[in-house]
Amino acid sequence: MSPSVPLQEMIRAIRSARTQCEERGVIQRECAAIRAQFRQNDNGSRSHNLAKLLYVHMLGYPAHFGQMECVRMIASPRYSEKRVGYLGAMMLLDEKQDASLLITNSIKNDLSHSNQYIQSLALCTLACMGSAEMCRDLAPEIDRLLRSANSYIKKKAALCAVHIVRKVQDLGELFVSAARSLLSEKNHGVLHGAVVLITELCERNPETLERFRKTVPDLVQIMKGLVISGYSPDHDVAGVSDPFLQVRILRLLRVLGRNNETASDAMNDLLAQVATNTDSTKTVGNAVLYETVLTVLDIKSESGLRVLAVNILGRFLLNNDRNIRYIAMTSLQKIVVTDHNAVQRHRGTIVDCLKDQDASVKRRALELSLALVSASNIRSMMKELLVFLSSCPLELKAQAASGIFIAAERYAPSQRWHIDTILHVLTTAGGDVRDETVPNLIQLITNTSELHCYTVHKLYRALLEDISQQSLVQVACWCIGEYGDLLLRGECQETEPVQVTEDDVLDALETVLQSHMSSPATRGFALTATMKLSTRISDNVDRIRSIVSIYGSCIDLELQQRAVEYNALFKKYDHMRAAVLERMPVIQRNSSGQNSEDASEETIKEIQVTKVKQEDVFLLSVFQVCDLLDLLSGPQEPLQPSLAPAQPISTTTAAGGDLLDLLGLIYRSPTVTIYEKHGVTLTLGCEQESDSGLLATLTASNSSDSDISSFTLQAAVPKVRLSVFVSELEQIMRNIKDGSIGVDGLSLNLFLILKYEITGINREGASTPNSLFLSFFKSGHDVLHLRSFSLFRCRTDLIEVIT
Amino acid sequence: MRVRVCVCVCVRACVCVCVCVCCQMRFLLLFSRQGKLRLQKWFTAMSDRERKKIIREMTTMVLARQPRSSNFLQWKDLKIIYKRYASLYFCLGVEAQENELLALEIIHRYVELLDKYFGNVCELDIIFNFEKAYFILDEFLMGGEIQETSKQTVNRCIEASDMLQETMEEYMSKPAF
Repeated sequence: MSPSVPLQEMIRAIRSARTQCEERGVIQRECAAIRAQFRQNDNGSRSHNLAKLLYVHMLGYPAHFGQMECVRMIASPRYSEKRVGYLGAMMLLDEKQDASLLITNSIKNDLSHSNQYIQSLALCTLACMGSAEMCRDLAPEIDRLLRSANSYIKKKAALCAVHIVRKVQDLGELFVSAARSLLSEKNHGVLHGAVVLITELCERNPETLERFRKTVPDLVQIMKGLVISGYSPDHDVAGVSDPFLQVRILRLLRVLGRNNETASDAMNDLLAQVATNTDSTKTVGNAVLYETVLTVLDIKSESGLRVLAVNILGRFLLNNDRNIRYIAMTSLQKIVVTDHNAVQRHRGTIVDCLKDQDASVKRRALELSLALVSASNIRSMMKELLVFLSSCPLELKAQAASGIFIAAERYAPSQRWHIDTILHVLTTAGGDVRDETVPNLIQLITNTSELHCYTVHKLYRALLEDISQQSLVQVACWCIGEYGDLLLRGECQETEPVQVTEDDVLDALETVLQSHMSSPATRGFALTATMKLSTRISDNVDRIRSIVSIYGSCIDLELQQRAVEYNALFKKYDHMRAAVLERMPVIQRNSSGQNSEDASEETIKEIQVTKVKQEDVFLLSVFQVCDLLDLLSGPQEPLQPSLAPAQPISTTTAAGGDLLDLLGLIYRSPTVTIYEKHGVTLTLGCEQESDSGLLATLTASNSSDSDISSFTLQAAVPKVRLSVFVSELEQIMRNIKDGSIGVDGLSLNLFLILKYEITGINREGASTPNSLFLSFFKSGHDVLHLRSFSLFRCRTDLIEVIT
Repeated sequence: MRVRVCVCVCVRACVCVCVCVCCQMRFLLLFSRQGKLRLQKWFTAMSDRERKKIIREMTTMVLARQPRSSNFLQWKDLKIIYKRYASLYFCLGVEAQENELLALEIIHRYVELLDKYFGNVCELDIIFNFEKAYFILDEFLMGGEIQETSKQTVNRCIEASDMLQETMEEYMSKPAF
């Protein structure tokens, strides 16, 4: 194709401009000329002018005045003008411009043109910048083109349909049948377009996904053809036959096989074949292998295949090519939670990647290493991570430091190791740690009282070496203040003690106070530490007094206030000084971490959320009432409302079995319906389990049409009632022994709170807690009767809910 | 002297409501070592200001990379795959689910097509014949997806379109008498 001379001359002129100013001048002149040309009517050089304008646009200059020209040129009968016009439309117009609507008609006409190249121009433009309205208008046309005989047009129409589906999801229905028939094409381009279209349709609509699941055998067949076929010069890339199509088919298989056993089974063999037969020496082969691995890990594949996939990733990790190592780590990151053991096998390689030159690879390796830390490998992993921390790029330091802290907290083999690790991190990356590290570390130190001596020695030594890392200095000052006496005593079991005099300690603290590197917060720490030492040392109290009084006139307000107050402590309140400055008590841990996790696990045991299915009657085996009735034999333990925590609420049939075993019971009370509303029925039956035990069984059933969700049962015992109960009991016990009164009126009040939600029915108050108040009493020796029950709204102020 | 041009193809992934598997290309940028833009193809609707911002950021990020680092970058929620061919950087922005190795292959395929068309393509070819570079791209990629996987077919189509243009031009420029 002959080059456009006017265009090339202009480009040459622009490039030969020596300064930005000169270039702007040239461009302004050219744009003026172009504008003038546009105003004239049809002349032979319209396409050249528009091309010039597009070049100017690419350099970053405004070119909006060319939009109407694009519209006009698209409507022109000449192919050269149409071509440049459509190109201009794709570059200058987008759906936000009003002018884009004007080309809809031209596109429509061109879609039915006799010349396939003109049709393809229209299709290309529609697929590139078609707005939602345009798509709606032209969708039937595209559907017609999908069924044409020309494969050139069919493949373009398929991708155009993809764009339409992305813009207007509802139109997907229109293309389903055409897409299905396209799968039987032989032409790779059309096949590729069809696969992309089907993938798009399946992802957006679950029903369509179901329909296309039936095509899995066909896709497997096509894929097999590609993998086993011989050399095809048309599509071969470095020994792999049409890798683009292969990858697309694998992706579609992934979508179809996800969460579906049958589909996944149908593709197992194929995936294994692809995984083993593909040549992995070149990037193409690796691209196909990578896609295969992603597919295997995403569908319900059998375990052998999964192992194969993880092994492929492991091989990738050892590859010389950095790109392949990078993607291997990205994929391993995704499966490290589910296939943890498989990934652990490659831990060595991953840790080696921490030393890689490339920043992206380092980042991935860090994330993966942190995910692989476990109790068994914590020591070795931490060594590697600490080495990494000292040499890692700045942007990764914060992430590495916090990751190390979390890992150390979770898996620390010993307290001393934990403290050592944190100190190490503070010395290497103290500037990048989070703010709460200092209080966390202080709390950790106070909690390990046996290591106070060791800690303070280590920190003192660290302080002498380097006072620039603020977090470290803060912790060190605090420790010296608290445990200065241990430091001065000069003996330590864990580490070699250093002979420290009081002057040395005070010198160190004064250096911190005076150094320009110390932040105001750090100075505060140092001043307080100096003050605390006044009760822990004997000789240099005067020196401390003088230090403190100097800072009474410090510019920093915080320091000045502290100094003044400490001064006052010396002068007027000297008698209180020892008491004020004594050792800190152990700080209660209330941060998030293991404690709260344990607590939440226990909570989950007690509150069971269950799903009530229709017609499903299951047994809620209830807390042992026996604990309360144990009191009959005397108050043995402190009266905790000890109902619910004793027994986890289970919903399995095993519980039913247990209860049925109670058929050996002597006494039984009849089942009473105690709650009936919205189709939910609650019945209660009591069985005497043992002499001192009573089992109350609550049975819940759903007889409504809809499902009930979030069914919760909570039980509570009024605390007040309980204590009254005890004294009453004692009295009654005495009376029984005396034989003066019969046992009667021993009421046990049980408060039940039911919460449930009925789906599909909007009932008022259906989801607010409905409460039951059950009152039992024991008559005679063994039988417990239900005295009464009533339904009323929950009053949480009166009761203590046991959770 | 053969100058290999790097093609960055930005493949924008389609983010669907369900878990997205298909990846779409978002943009394809070609720029020189000095940061001058030689080709830009956008596969999604984006305002001019956004485009300029992306171009600026891509140029800065890619040009700052060390010579032997990996070809993949993470930028916001997109993956950037770039490759350098002689004096041109090809930069492809794809969505998170795309296969990066395949994106490298896409870039390479485009370079091969340009090479076949121009015969030992160099940066100057692309500067002076940018509209043809676009036409070739439009025969290879469409709507952010590959439309033709066979090199020969793409070349044949380009040649045929060129023939069509020439014949029509010749026809049109013939004098009326």
